[in-house]
Amino acid sequence: MIGPSIRREWSWALRGFLVLLLTGAYLALDRGGNAYLQRLAILFLINLMLVVSLNLFTGFTGVFSLGHIGFMALGAYASAILTLPVNQKAVNLPDLPAPLASIALPFLPALILGGLVAAIVALLIGIPVLRLSGHFVAVATLGFLVITRVVLINAEAFTRGTRTFTGVPPFTTMGWAAMWALLNVYIAWRLKHSPLGLRLIAARDDPWAAKSVGVSIGQMRLLAFGISAFFTGIAGGLWAHFLTAFSPNAFYFSKTFEIIVMMIVGGMGSVTGSILGTLLVMAATEALRNLEPGLAVGSLTIGPLYGLSQIGLAVLLMLLMTFRRQGLLGDHELRFEAIAERLERWLTRRKTALEAPRVRKADPELKEG
Amino acid sequence: MDGPAVLELRNLEAAYGAIRALHGLSLTLGPGEVVALLGPNGAGKTTTLRVISGLLRPVRGQVLYRGDEITGRPPATIARLGIIQCPEGRQIFKNLTVRENLILGGYRLRDPARERRNLERALDLFPMLKERLHHPAGLLSGGQQQMLAIARALMADPEVLLLDEPSLGLAPRVVEEVFEALAQLKAQGLTMLIVEQNAEKALEIADRAYVLEAGRLVLADAAHRLRENPDLIRIYLGR
Amino acid sequence: MQALSSPEFWIQQLINALGLGSQYALMAVGLAMVFGVMRLINFAHGTVMMASAYIGLLLLQQGMPFPLVALGAIAGAAALGVLMERIAYRPVRGAPDVVLLLNSFAVAVLLENVAILLFSPRSRPFPMPEVLTRVFHPGGNLFLPSIHLWAFGGALLALGGLGLFVTRTRLGLAMRAAAENPTAAQLLGIEIGKVTVLAFAIGSAMAGLAVLFWTAHVGTINPGMGFEPVLKAFVACVIGGFGTIPGAVLGGYLLGALEIALQGLLPAGVVGYRDALVYGILILILLVRPGGVLGYLEAERV
Repeated sequence: MIGPSIRREWSWALRGFLVLLLTGAYLALDRGGNAYLQRLAILFLINLMLVVSLNLFTGFTGVFSLGHIGFMALGAYASAILTLPVNQKAVNLPDLPAPLASIALPFLPALILGGLVAAIVALLIGIPVLRLSGHFVAVATLGFLVITRVVLINAEAFTRGTRTFTGVPPFTTMGWAAMWALLNVYIAWRLKHSPLGLRLIAARDDPWAAKSVGVSIGQMRLLAFGISAFFTGIAGGLWAHFLTAFSPNAFYFSKTFEIIVMMIVGGMGSVTGSILGTLLVMAATEALRNLEPGLAVGSLTIGPLYGLSQIGLAVLLMLLMTFRRQGLLGDHELRFEAIAERLERWLTRRKTALEAPRVRKADPELKEG
Repeated sequence: MDGPAVLELRNLEAAYGAIRALHGLSLTLGPGEVVALLGPNGAGKTTTLRVISGLLRPVRGQVLYRGDEITGRPPATIARLGIIQCPEGRQIFKNLTVRENLILGGYRLRDPARERRNLERALDLFPMLKERLHHPAGLLSGGQQQMLAIARALMADPEVLLLDEPSLGLAPRVVEEVFEALAQLKAQGLTMLIVEQNAEKALEIADRAYVLEAGRLVLADAAHRLRENPDLIRIYLGR
Repeated sequence: MQALSSPEFWIQQLINALGLGSQYALMAVGLAMVFGVMRLINFAHGTVMMASAYIGLLLLQQGMPFPLVALGAIAGAAALGVLMERIAYRPVRGAPDVVLLLNSFAVAVLLENVAILLFSPRSRPFPMPEVLTRVFHPGGNLFLPSIHLWAFGGALLALGGLGLFVTRTRLGLAMRAAAENPTAAQLLGIEIGKVTVLAFAIGSAMAGLAVLFWTAHVGTINPGMGFEPVLKAFVACVIGGFGTIPGAVLGGYLLGALEIALQGLLPAGVVGYRDALVYGILILILLVRPGGVLGYLEAERV
């Protein structure tokens, strides 16, 4: 039998393999030059941040935030306003107040400020709203999403209202996206296994018991909310500097729905689940989106099929809610040790099947009657 | 007990997820009998009633009503057969008026004439409800709510009345009133199965009783004999 | 902006508020009924309205006379509601709140995108008969869109009928009982399944009626038109008293009055933020008095 020490070696080997794989993929995409795949990769990383951050809050606390994309919007607009070159600002945002109109920041500070704006707003609205529960907090956060949209549409001096916000410098590269995504995943992971995370999860699973231990759930939730909003804002900034043009419509219900489905597919509360969930859902929606212009079946052309990807998401969510609410991983994590164990078992089973001597069937007369 | 059993439970086993609540309970209830189901908290008494009424499907065992199996049927179906439960905690409709609660009691009958008759009969039995007919039921006192719950159950012309902890949370004087009403019902020939923690009151009115402990039947006897049974006193330390 | 002192102004605002409030009340009632029997916030309520509008348009294009078109749209809404309950909600009955909420989102997104698939995302005009769109002009600055009067009349009839139904009929009482305490209701022989279907059917029909007035007001329909009404319906429910029919009706009229008041009283630069203020008030109410004006329900604080 293969012992635990070999299992550990295996899991380290797997880790190494994964690092190599990822680095290889990164280099291939970055240098390789397939623009479509590069684009998908960057979108994947940004979506990953959105999902992991949402899961960091909703998954760990059990509180459903339907307004998270509002934070994405704040981060996007804030960072874009900050990086927009001054002469561009004069054209696009003529009514922008003086201190903002005359500065143009580099990418990193703008991103971080965008994230901070999101985080501060989160803390402000979190203080009252997070005291609610169940569907009330879900609807209150949805209210926040709507309010954000209305504000964005009306604050024309800052946002150009419903008109497209253009001219954002294309600062987002795969490197930036990968770096932030990695940081986000790392922080989510550490948080989950930290005392704060454990307490949040305990409170989620049994709110009354957790209360009796004197744990200040409210403050911890607020902290998680703030951290989650920060990274969501960063993701928004990355997104803004990737697409370079956007309007408030991008930060409304369809994006919210997309992120929620990704989170549920992976498993609420699972960081690795979010990675898998985002990957799978993006693959599925890309496939469906490619069908949207229409498809040819034999001599028939069916299409265009607008909205097919959203229909796919909706059906997927309904199936999950009916048959597998925990998604892929529930709130467990995919661990290298577990994979190593599975591999080991699979390999030894094949090995023993080949090498073991054939066992004679038990002689019925020898058995005790 | 004369005549075939109205209600019979055979080897009932019930569980809530992984937690076993009943381990093979068997009991019978004959026509016109009042049987008490006693035992400490968590013994499985309420579980038994839930199984009978179809709110909980047993893992194993059967519930028979006049010889027919009704195990696992939906609760509304069982109620329509005439097996009416007065659940634990009264469970009256607080936002509806007393009258509306009573009308709903007669839901299974679908007969306005019978409904009127039953309403009169219920109000005769519980005159304090008459004065509060149009009050929201939530404003009644605990004792009045219990009377309402029983009256509401009576509206359905029950074949069997199941009562879950009728004395729960009520002052002793009010408990007296409730059990007086139950005694009247017994005198009218109503078959009843009463789950109670207050063994003393229950044994006063019951013909027979079963005692449960941790989901198992530990005693079964005529009520008057059980009252003197030392084991019963042990089980009910201090009651 | 008209002079605040003129009686015309106030009559105008009153008519507008009654018209808008009637629409909101009809929409909110459907939401409240479904929440009552299933503890479900039915986000697909808005998409049912949208589907009803499209059904109406299709019937209109077949050349049917308008009263039949209206009936058809309302019946279509009711049928869709029943179908939704069967396929999307019954399988997850009893699940945690979150599951129900997510499922209702999924249904809403599904229906909206199916409509986009079938009808394209563009807005389409919905020609209404003149009798609905006429605007009376008694003089001066007073404009009375007849649609508001129709909405008010329609709401009066529909809600009055509903009120009688839930207080005078056994089935209506059964529905209220099932909404309040499903276990006790079952123990009395009330079949929760049937009552639920009824709640969906009636609630959706009410919404179908509301959307007729909404469409007459807006003039066009598009697949995304259901989203705003369902949010407004939700706000109305919370304001009035969540989960109850009287609460929904009261909330609908209060919301209508609130919106008209804000629209009329806010200065020009700020009036675009009206909706933000309305949702802000929603959040405020959830925090301060979650039971709404009628105060039925206490939102759990953790």
